Amino acid sequence: MELTTVWFALIAILWAGYFLLEGFDFGVGILLPVLGRDDRERRLLINTIGPVWDGNEVWLLVAGGATFAAFPEWYATLFSGFYLPLLLILVALIIRGVAFEYRGKRDGAVWKKRWDLSIFVGSLVPALLWGVAFGNIVRGVRLDERHEYVGGFVSLLNPYALLGGLTTLTLFTLHGAVFLALKTDGEMRRRANKLAATIGLPAVAIAAAFLICTAIIRFDGIGVGLFAVAAVALVAALVANRLGREGWAFIATGATLVLAVLGLFVTLFPNVLPSTIGDANSLTVHNASSTPYTLKVMTWVAVFFTPIVLLYQGWTYWIFRKRLTVEKIPA
Amino acid sequence: MDALDLARWQFGVITVYHFLFVPITIGMSVLVAGLQTAWVRTGKEQYLRATKFWGKLFLINFAIGVVTGIVQEFQFGMNWSDYSRFVGDIFGAPLAMEGLLAFFLESTFLGLWIFGWDRLPRKLHLATIWIAAIGTWLSAYFILAANSWMQHPVGYEFNEARGRAELKSIGAVLTNSTTLVTFPHTIAACLLTGGAVLVAVSAWHLKRRNQVDVFRPSLKLGAWVVLIAGVGVLITGDLQARIMTEQQPMKMAAAEALYDTAKPAGFSIFTIGSLDGSEEVASVRIPSLLSFMATGSPGGEVEGINNIQGEYEQKYGPGDYKPNIPVTYWSFRLMIGFGGLAMLVALAALWFTRKGRSTAPKWLWPAGIFAIGAPLAANSFGWIFTELGRQPWAVFGLLKTTDGVSPTVGAGTVATSFAVLTLLYGVLAVIEVGLFLKYARAGAPELPAEAEGEPDDRPLAFAY
Ligand code: HDD
Ligand code: HEM
Ligand code: HEM
Repeated sequence: MELTTVWFALIAILWAGYFLLEGFDFGVGILLPVLGRDDRERRLLINTIGPVWDGNEVWLLVAGGATFAAFPEWYATLFSGFYLPLLLILVALIIRGVAFEYRGKRDGAVWKKRWDLSIFVGSLVPALLWGVAFGNIVRGVRLDERHEYVGGFVSLLNPYALLGGLTTLTLFTLHGAVFLALKTDGEMRRRANKLAATIGLPAVAIAAAFLICTAIIRFDGIGVGLFAVAAVALVAALVANRLGREGWAFIATGATLVLAVLGLFVTLFPNVLPSTIGDANSLTVHNASSTPYTLKVMTWVAVFFTPIVLLYQGWTYWIFRKRLTVEKIPA
Repeated sequence: MDALDLARWQFGVITVYHFLFVPITIGMSVLVAGLQTAWVRTGKEQYLRATKFWGKLFLINFAIGVVTGIVQEFQFGMNWSDYSRFVGDIFGAPLAMEGLLAFFLESTFLGLWIFGWDRLPRKLHLATIWIAAIGTWLSAYFILAANSWMQHPVGYEFNEARGRAELKSIGAVLTNSTTLVTFPHTIAACLLTGGAVLVAVSAWHLKRRNQVDVFRPSLKLGAWVVLIAGVGVLITGDLQARIMTEQQPMKMAAAEALYDTAKPAGFSIFTIGSLDGSEEVASVRIPSLLSFMATGSPGGEVEGINNIQGEYEQKYGPGDYKPNIPVTYWSFRLMIGFGGLAMLVALAALWFTRKGRSTAPKWLWPAGIFAIGAPLAANSFGWIFTELGRQPWAVFGLLKTTDGVSPTVGAGTVATSFAVLTLLYGVLAVIEVGLFLKYARAGAPELPAEAEGEPDDRPLAFAY
């Protein structure tokens, strides 16, 4: 396999990992005002992701860094082109990260309420905008012959991309609800389980619509296959949730997200950012990539260190595997 | 202002802001780890209380360090897309390595440290903070390797057809002579900053004779760290100055506002007058010092701005190769001056508290409290010096800053993001300082009774 393909695949995996992990973080943040009825309950919710959210976010940073290293043209065009949405995402991630750390550091209802709002908005906005961004990437944007984005801000808000945004938003919320049913006990566990059942059907409908549109806009056999399996996993998640098999439900929503992201990347290949002006203007794994030497160096680094990272991140989840209950949250 | 000016201001403001928190993180993580080690080894309660107290302040600072870092990762692509295209083949590699090797380590193990107090065996828990501290050092190493490549490009080849620099040797980039002196200089400066935090907060409490058993040792620890790290900063700074004279002679000449080549050259502590060199109203000079700093010998020749300008015009074509001289001149002095100030305060603190003395002059405490500002200022001026002294180059000798800016991003867009981020950072600063003061004033916590039950089932005592 060519190294450009390897790196395209690695970046796909980094995004899949990011959606899998920070996906439920976002879901928990979005559900904070819905499921957390008082302060202690909200703290319970936040503490389910407390030890891990920062590590989960690093998947995004590494995806960004890997794109810079492996496909500099892609990094440059994408982030200068999607400037304002990216700015919104950054602002959201900033207030959300600070909120987790600072919320409990003062008493006072106003203080906590503001940070709760920051967590909610800071989770909702990226959950929506990542989908919008991926919608636009798959659909293609106006790139001129220098591979510069010339489409402006408003054209990023096309219906297909917005549907993508809605898809990630509902899928992350569902993923978060399923995660909470898995990580809590007692009353909260039941509530999360019920909520997952409620949003399950709309989530299936929206995701199916988006995946079908994707298959129509850019047909790719393997991509469609992955989407189909993702859809089956989503339905399986709802069934498992109904049966109270939270572990399986979580694995299934996770699989849905991972497969859907992989499907999007497979559909995209060998483009990394197609141009709607003309195929010659598209950024591909070939014209956007670094030199073979750089890719080789980075491949060795990835081969050595990714397993180590996976090991210790996995170990963290193991250490904090126990379900949390309100009783364990100090009053 | 056009998009270029705005993008430059934005980069400077956003990055200097990030670097207010970074040195405290790097410096304090080691100190907290050290205090916790002392507790695990001796079992003395005061070390545990100190660990918890300083650990809390460390985390308040760390939160802002993390979130401002996220912007850093993406702003190259947003505002500097042509720069990213030009350097990506080289520059992206250390950036990606930083994420994979350092950020994962820092964030995961700090999560384990915060939430693991009651869950992990004592020694394992101690290991988590050390690993997180190592993560911050690794992070510094990779990002400084990236930055050093901009100061002194090595291990690359220019590809005419693609119009970009391409990596030829990763080993050369990671062992760049510039990196090898910049890393210890920055780490020493960070340790100095961490020590100064201990000095400042301890001085506040000692002024009120509060928890003397905790804060007197903390003051001494902090002061020793400031002094020792300060010596490290001096030594490494001297090495840097020499390497810089070799690699970027214009920066050294600008640092001294030395217009004409001199042999030997004196170092002016300050100059009143016009810095364009036309007239000097008053100046205090140390003869031969600049020669020594730049070349290692008191009689060495130091090239002047005008001479280098002439050479560069021949080499790189017509143009102005002078950085902003007043800024370069003063930031160099302010870096050294503020660092020296912190060291003086630390020295005084050690002197007046030596051998169990309990009477210190009144001015010592306010001086100690203000000592926290000095290294923060020194760090900022250090970066401003390094980065502005390199101008007009973004990558020395290869790419001008003007050629790095995003061609499709308009001034309005940059202005929007600049305004939004500056405003947000301002609000965060106010909140951060408020919390920091609150927890600093509260003093070291009393220890709760040992928690009951299996480690897995205990309440999350340190939860959010
Ligand atoms: C000498 C050290 C140093 C320097 C020059 C920089 N940083 Fe930094 N950065 C750190 C040292 C550091 C750190 C000590 O590792 C931080 C500070 C607080 C923290 O949480 O980690 C950090 C955090 C941090 C994070 C968040 C990591 C996380 O989520 O855990 C990112 C993405 C960056 N930085 C990226 C950058 C970039 C792209 C820089 C260049 C423009 C930069 N930093 C300058
Ligand atoms: C955290 C420490 C750093 C600080 C405080 C800092 C500060 C600055 C400042 C003040 C400027 C000058 C802005 C101007 O010319 O008007 C600048 C420029 C620049 N720096 Fe740094 N810098 C830091 C680290 C880095 C690192 C690590 C990199 C690369 C990895 C970097 C890349 C750049 C680039 C690309 C420019 C050119 C754009 C410009 O001129 O603004 N900087 N930086
Ligand atoms: C006699 C004392 C010092 C000398 C001779 C010195 C020398 C230098 C030099 C020559 C540079 C620029 C390197 C380059 O652009 O290639 C630099 C940068 C810097 N200095 Fe200092 N310095 C001194 C003290 C300090 C102090 C006290 C601090 C902070 C507490 C500090 C923090 C920094 C920082 C953060 C940078 C930018 C990063 C870097 O390039 O290393 N310096 N210093």
